[in-house]
Amino acid sequence: MYSKRILSIVFFYFLILGNTHSIEPDVFVQSTVNRASKVLSENLSKAEKINQLKLIAEETVDINGIGFYTLGSIRKNLNDNQKKKYSELFKEYFLKSFSSRLSEYTNPEINVLSKEVLSENYTIVNSLLKGTSERPEVKIDWRVYTKNPDNPLIRDLIIEGLSLARTQKEEFSSILNSNNNDINALFKTLRKFSNN
Amino acid sequence: MIKKILIIIFTTLALTLNVNAGSDGNLILKKNEPSEVKDCFERVNRATFAFNQALDGVIFKPVASLYRKLPSPAKTGVSNSLENISHLLTIPNNVLQGDFKQAGVNTGRFIINTTLGVLGIFDVAQYLGLTNYEKEDYGQSLAKAGVGPGCYIVLPVLGPSTVRDTIGSTLNFLGGDPWYNVTINNDTHYFKNSDYYYSKGAAGVDFRAKNYDSIENLENNSLDFYASVKSLYLQDRQQKILNSRKIINTQDDSDWEEINQ
Repeated sequence: MYSKRILSIVFFYFLILGNTHSIEPDVFVQSTVNRASKVLSENLSKAEKINQLKLIAEETVDINGIGFYTLGSIRKNLNDNQKKKYSELFKEYFLKSFSSRLSEYTNPEINVLSKEVLSENYTIVNSLLKGTSERPEVKIDWRVYTKNPDNPLIRDLIIEGLSLARTQKEEFSSILNSNNNDINALFKTLRKFSNN
Repeated sequence: MIKKILIIIFTTLALTLNVNAGSDGNLILKKNEPSEVKDCFERVNRATFAFNQALDGVIFKPVASLYRKLPSPAKTGVSNSLENISHLLTIPNNVLQGDFKQAGVNTGRFIINTTLGVLGIFDVAQYLGLTNYEKEDYGQSLAKAGVGPGCYIVLPVLGPSTVRDTIGSTLNFLGGDPWYNVTINNDTHYFKNSDYYYSKGAAGVDFRAKNYDSIENLENNSLDFYASVKSLYLQDRQQKILNSRKIINTQDDSDWEEINQ
């Protein structure tokens, strides 16, 4: 009876330990990059590649977090319905934009070099995209959200020091500014992009 | 004479102000924060941007497309020799920013690459340990001296800039750019006026070719291409002024932390 109890405790201990095994941000980025590179180098149609890249992005990118960062301070003025609608539209826009940007590359070779822990929530992973005869090598940094160490998520790509999330934020801000901060104007633009 | 006085005044101001500016990197970061730069002339800027895009479609894009087809060693040679010429502007700006060590390194790079590197075609200096070349200009020196960017402006043909960076570029034509001085300003018998224009044209094509796919990609996937280019230009200037490509040095993380709350 006693040995059975000990066995159960040991079993559950290892079960819990196994489930809380955290993933290092640099390992996570390299494995994500390898998955994307595999898709891009496979003999698939552009549409198939885009679909596969979308699946990878949904698993590894914090689309909702990026969406609210990109929206800037106006997010504080939105009601729950508007937030929900924005999240849906942003997700569609992001997946289309992200996958079509990536699908242009064939067999990109990205090597993770190092990482830098910024805080409990963020780690920057440094990597290098190998150059080809048509373009020089490119330094790419990844902002990884590590609040849940078991499930790290990508929040930004910083290419040669230029942040894509920041660029997108200023793009959205420009659209809102030229439309008296009317969120519906942004909804319309996002919908138009996704439907094109 | 006036030119000489202007250069002396500018040099003195830059060196004096640099002492104060150097102690406050955060102030420089804040002053050059892309979202803080006002787009005072947005309507005119957007019109000029549209003009530049049309010009790009007719001239730069087709030429860059052909240039990309050149063998890699030829493109590297062109790129290296253009970079070598840019040392002439970088070195005085290293001095103005008080970075005398880098001024020495860049002078060494220029001498070695101009001679052993056959007019800069080969970057021999990097094999001798003189690496990490970063271009500097008068706009960056003014920023280091504490001058804010002013309004964002789009110049015809030349593209994105700010009031400060445009003033910085103007100094090139007032005796601040040794390459301009030996090709156009003074009749040295060694160079022609056209050498200057060819070098600037080639630099434009080289830049366009290196960023060919990125520009296409950005244009196709932007909701507002003008705003994207503006943001990228201002981010690029910010990191050049701070001489850092580390996002932790060029971006305030509070926005990212805020969305977690």
